[in-house]
Amino acid sequence: MNPPAAFSADPRQGDPAITDQLIAEHGLTPDEYQKVLGILGRPPTWTELGVFSVMWSEHCSYKTSRRFLKTLPTEGERVLQGPGENAGVVDVGDGLGVCFKMESHNHPSFIEPYQGAATGVGGILRDVFTMNARPIALLNSLRFGTPEHPRTSYLVDGVVDGIAGYGNCMGIPTVGGEIDFNRCYNGNILVNAMAVGIVPADRIFRGIAAGPGNPVLYVGSRTGRDGIHGATMASDSFEEGGEGRRPTVQVGDPYTEKRLLEACMELMQQDAVIAIQDMGAAGLTSSSVEMAGRGGTGLVLHVDRIPRREPGMTPYECLLSESQERMLIVAAAGREHIVEEVFTKWDLEAVVVGEVTDDGCWRILEDGQTVAAIPVLALTDEAPNYDRPREKPADLKQRQTTPELSAHGDCAAVLERLLGSPGIADKRWVYRQYDHMVRLGTLERPGDADAAVLRLPGSKRMLAVCVDGNSVHVKLDPFGGAQGIIAEACRNLACTGAQAIGATDCLNFGNPERPDVMWEFEQAVLGLGEGLRQAHVPIVSGNVSFYNETGEQSIHPTPTIGMVGLIEAGVSPLGMALPSAGSLVLLGSPRPVLGGSAYARVIHDSEQGMPPQVYWSEELALHQLLREAAQRGLLLAAHDLSEGGLATSLAEMLISSRGKASGCQIQVPCPPSAEAVELSLFGETHGCAWVAVEDERRAELLALCQEMQCRATALGSIGGEGLRILDAQGSVVLDRSAESLRKAFEGGFAESIGLSPCPPRV
Amino acid sequence: MRFGIVTFPGSNCDQDAHHVVSHVLGHEARFIWHKETDLEDVDCVILPGGFSYGDYLRCGAIARFSPIMDAVVRFANEGGYVIGICNGFQVLTETGLLPGVLLRNQGLKFICEDTRLVVANGHSPWTVLCPETLVAPIAHAEGCYFASPEVIGQLEEQGRVIFRYASSRGEELAESNPNGSINNIAGIINEAGNVLGMMPHPERNSETALGDASGAAIFRSIIHSFEARA
Repeated sequence: MNPPAAFSADPRQGDPAITDQLIAEHGLTPDEYQKVLGILGRPPTWTELGVFSVMWSEHCSYKTSRRFLKTLPTEGERVLQGPGENAGVVDVGDGLGVCFKMESHNHPSFIEPYQGAATGVGGILRDVFTMNARPIALLNSLRFGTPEHPRTSYLVDGVVDGIAGYGNCMGIPTVGGEIDFNRCYNGNILVNAMAVGIVPADRIFRGIAAGPGNPVLYVGSRTGRDGIHGATMASDSFEEGGEGRRPTVQVGDPYTEKRLLEACMELMQQDAVIAIQDMGAAGLTSSSVEMAGRGGTGLVLHVDRIPRREPGMTPYECLLSESQERMLIVAAAGREHIVEEVFTKWDLEAVVVGEVTDDGCWRILEDGQTVAAIPVLALTDEAPNYDRPREKPADLKQRQTTPELSAHGDCAAVLERLLGSPGIADKRWVYRQYDHMVRLGTLERPGDADAAVLRLPGSKRMLAVCVDGNSVHVKLDPFGGAQGIIAEACRNLACTGAQAIGATDCLNFGNPERPDVMWEFEQAVLGLGEGLRQAHVPIVSGNVSFYNETGEQSIHPTPTIGMVGLIEAGVSPLGMALPSAGSLVLLGSPRPVLGGSAYARVIHDSEQGMPPQVYWSEELALHQLLREAAQRGLLLAAHDLSEGGLATSLAEMLISSRGKASGCQIQVPCPPSAEAVELSLFGETHGCAWVAVEDERRAELLALCQEMQCRATALGSIGGEGLRILDAQGSVVLDRSAESLRKAFEGGFAESIGLSPCPPRV
Repeated sequence: MRFGIVTFPGSNCDQDAHHVVSHVLGHEARFIWHKETDLEDVDCVILPGGFSYGDYLRCGAIARFSPIMDAVVRFANEGGYVIGICNGFQVLTETGLLPGVLLRNQGLKFICEDTRLVVANGHSPWTVLCPETLVAPIAHAEGCYFASPEVIGQLEEQGRVIFRYASSRGEELAESNPNGSINNIAGIINEAGNVLGMMPHPERNSETALGDASGAAIFRSIIHSFEARA
């Protein structure tokens, strides 16, 4: 069969011949190449081969994950935009939507930490402001190898510097995040960035190329040769010595992005834009293909009109470049000049480079000659979709076997080691490098509460935002551990007084061609789905990063969740700092386990056993109670039990009070054996939180707990000197000065990684 | 009082400054685009924080050449009130309206944190209503104030150092200096007192909702001084 004439394309002079080797270098399997031949009815040009390579890469096509992602709950009353767009949007009332997404930039950040992390931030911001949402916050979730690994301090320093360099210049506050360390990340760090914006609910812009004849405009930075095949790189494992891939890493220019942001926001006030999409992974190719795909249209681009940084760039390079700070806009015909005027004001280029067509063909012309012509659907809906083999890991039973851990014997020493371990320790070294106050919206700053709390411009309500993940729990029990992440994220929001209303996910996994990795992936996605359904929280956006593997070493399955919640007007958001006096009440029923706990890892170097499970009715009762009590103004502080258990959480609250509380004392109803005490103090559990309440209102709180069916135990009081914990018999099992705990907590991060410490707080 | 807030393309604290002087303090405020050449009828110019032109070169070095700056210099030389906050301070030293220079922080890192200030001269138009100490949020990588010993001597002698980093009890300690500035200098004025440059961001602590409102005293002081002068 001859291909239709409209879909023919001519090789350019000087194009390399399409050989088996060239096909393999483009990451296409022989089967995938056969599919390309079937679609085109002819061999692809070199340009087309490059396009198929990126569009069918795991990173762009979700060819492995699609069938699983479909199982996640994506609908809800508040959802204004679910997955499939540049970012998701949920309704927060007052005519406003909150627009957010999280995305990974793992591979580039390992190769070049500063630029990799910086452009990760730049990319996720564009995803949000392309929807007409004004970004108001950034968060991130980071994973590094062991603190003592020779590259860790360099990577931590570079990644934090890169996030700071981009976010600070943009003037978007970085308000929260989480960091953990594990040897499984020695060869593959994770950098997941989340952006949150505010959009008028009736003016959400989408990337749907509609209206044949409408002009397509290229705006922003010029196209250079950086980042070519970034998406393909992100769809492959590292061999030893990934530094050789540095040219595939993009270079960020936050000043240009700041102008791009302001120009786009200004432009979207006017009626000139039909569709808009940022050029992220696979640059010009994916943005144009995806817009045409959503519109059910075609698109023609004159590649010779693309503004370039250097002469002599081929169509292949222009189409696959991942140069940053660029957008593609479909304007209403006759209104191109409005786009041009606004971008000129901001000293940015805006050039008409093509138009929307009605033939379903993605066509690239160079000086009038067709160098690529591919059916749009072949690059989107008809991309490969794999049902990869899955197999329960052979060592799963062993992973889940309860470890034999002997008691350490000195609870105070254990507590200080946990507080000083870099996953738990004070992250001030990190967040003081992030401008977390700009835009005057930050009500709860990093480290002060279980979630960041922000003012919502245009509303009296407030927004709480957090990111969470616990890859050790997921490694040990993918289905249960993933549910735990949802429970913790919702709980963190509830501890500030917020109701969770939407989530975004970033699924970081190893090589999906390994059946055990695929099994973990499936189980984890099912676990996330279960948790989200239980908590009634829809996923509205997300990202998958596979091939986080070096040599034979895959990372732990690391799904991370970004969640946003709403605090009602008039409620004072809760922080974790203990007040100077009052009672301590433990909410929920603790079921401490040591499997996968920080205690097991830090003290016993054990990563084994079943992690804590979520009991959803109790969990949700706790969240409701926290919100209700916050609304009634009953609580002075709240902090959930998570890594490090009951004692660690309480110590964090004491340290966080910065001297306001001189100390606190609790009595834990546990038998006197050293093992039982350490399990109670450091075992990890879901469904629990510490709260502080005025003595006079304690009875009121306990009555409310009874009414709302949330278990509550008054365990202690604020005051005295330092942290004192008694067992059921009244014997002191832990007694440490606040100063000593503070030192361990504040110094631990920089010290264990070998970074220069920050000076003490003023 | 009418405030004019200059917006360079990389300014990112212009909205914050506008919010405080207009919504919190109830005065008129308008944005002045960097390509404009006329300040029109403003009573106080705010050069806000941010990264004026990206600051890939020395901070503020390009802003100095922006079209609006000629008008700002004229306005300042005629006695008009000008406050440069953070990047705005850097722009003022680059234009020569204030002496000295802001170097990379001693610790080489960007620092975003609350610091404390003592008001070293409570008689300037910018400090007449200030309490003895203020909370002072900073957010900069280049805030280490440096000048020749002669200039420092002159500034000190003339009472032109008006803010210094201090402990919460108001002691000017080395530990309370976040960036290595000479003599813990956080803010200085010109000889006539009508131009202020400071690294901390008073607009970030001008509302109790954000935890502290002591920074508003600086804006209230200049409003008071303007009204007294008029």
